[in-house]
Amino acid sequence: MSNIFPKWTNRLPLLVLAGGLLLGGGVVTGVTYYFTPKYTNVGYQPLQPVSFSHKIHAGELGMDCRYCHNGVEKSWFSNIPAASTCMNCHSVVLKDDLRLAPIRESHEKQTPVPWVQIHKTPDYVYFNHSVHVNRGISCVHCHGKINEMDEVRHEKTLSMAFCLDCHRTAHEKIRPLEQVYNLNWKSDGFTPEREGRALAGKLGVEGSTSCSVCHR
Amino acid sequence: MLTLLVVGLFGLRGSLSRKPPLEVFPDMDRQPKLRPMEPNRFFANGISSQPLVEGTVARSKPVTDLAGQKVHPFQVDHPVNSGRVAGSTNYLELTPLSVSREVVARGRERYGISCVPCHGDLGDGQGMVTRLGVGMAAANLHDPTIVRMTDGQLYRTVSFGSKEGAGVMKGYAANVDVADRWAIVAYVRALQSSKLASLDELKIHEAAKPGTVPAALFQPLKN
Repeated sequence: MSNIFPKWTNRLPLLVLAGGLLLGGGVVTGVTYYFTPKYTNVGYQPLQPVSFSHKIHAGELGMDCRYCHNGVEKSWFSNIPAASTCMNCHSVVLKDDLRLAPIRESHEKQTPVPWVQIHKTPDYVYFNHSVHVNRGISCVHCHGKINEMDEVRHEKTLSMAFCLDCHRTAHEKIRPLEQVYNLNWKSDGFTPEREGRALAGKLGVEGSTSCSVCHR
Repeated sequence: MLTLLVVGLFGLRGSLSRKPPLEVFPDMDRQPKLRPMEPNRFFANGISSQPLVEGTVARSKPVTDLAGQKVHPFQVDHPVNSGRVAGSTNYLELTPLSVSREVVARGRERYGISCVPCHGDLGDGQGMVTRLGVGMAAANLHDPTIVRMTDGQLYRTVSFGSKEGAGVMKGYAANVDVADRWAIVAYVRALQSSKLASLDELKIHEAAKPGTVPAALFQPLKN
């Protein structure tokens, strides 16, 4: 009865423990790093049917967001403009350009342009655009600097933690109502602690973190 | 080694991707309910936001006109909505809604959204689109033919486009509410009078506040 198990097996429990820790640690690190909207959402930049550039229209031409997204102040949903809105200008400007063919076709045949939606909250989240933009929360907080993007990408996480962060510190994000659509606004002289809190109070912004504010 | 392999396979946080976001735990994230402007197979044309059936009456807030009467958007022939004298094709001489400082301010804001790209901050037709030189030449709102238009005709131009829709400018009825269109008309009148004011009218201003011109006249539309 000798040497059934070789001598190295004495270290087996230690090796199993070390291997388990290493593997477990690896899995935990991987899950922490990847199983979050910081990885799954941010950077999503689908190919759109028309290479519309927000950088040119909203940035360089300085058009107001609401020229196209005209429902954003009235509705929970910020509308994608109808092709007729594009044709207000593009019936004259670049009127035979190939890149705009899907818009012209949509306008003539009354069929939708198959734009790909980028920012999508889960269906059990009742985010309301009008409530936010009419109370001093700018587009830029959730969508990033759209006016500098040729192709729109998912810039912020739009995770639940992202919403709650802002709901807890709304006075840091709030800005004068006439600056909501100015994505380049610099808060010169408008301090979160004084002016921010005062404006939040005036507009009745509570930034509630109650579940039923977003889920119902 | 393993880290390199994983990062090589899955990339880093925030790297650009054409593929739709992964939903790690997709519990009820996507429900079989209609959301606006999403594709939907229920209807033959595949659209969830169906075009309105003819005769649909929109639920809406009515506009109150000068006579205190409530006017709904579906009363298409009412002067408030049509810009025409009831029962005729004549344009309304004056706006049928009350005009106040707030209305003009609202008009200025709305003008800044929908009109400035072509007509410019000053209404002189030198908006960004005109200045680009891409074939669009917007009208100068200080042009005598436009100054002489009645309020009703301006309203109809904003709503249905220039020359009743036959001109270069398209109508903004779908984008701008009725009350906002009348507010834009009021603001255009304010813009026009800024170039047409007589010396006597200016003197009244100066008399009101000696030595000063109201600062509000010189505030830029947007920063």
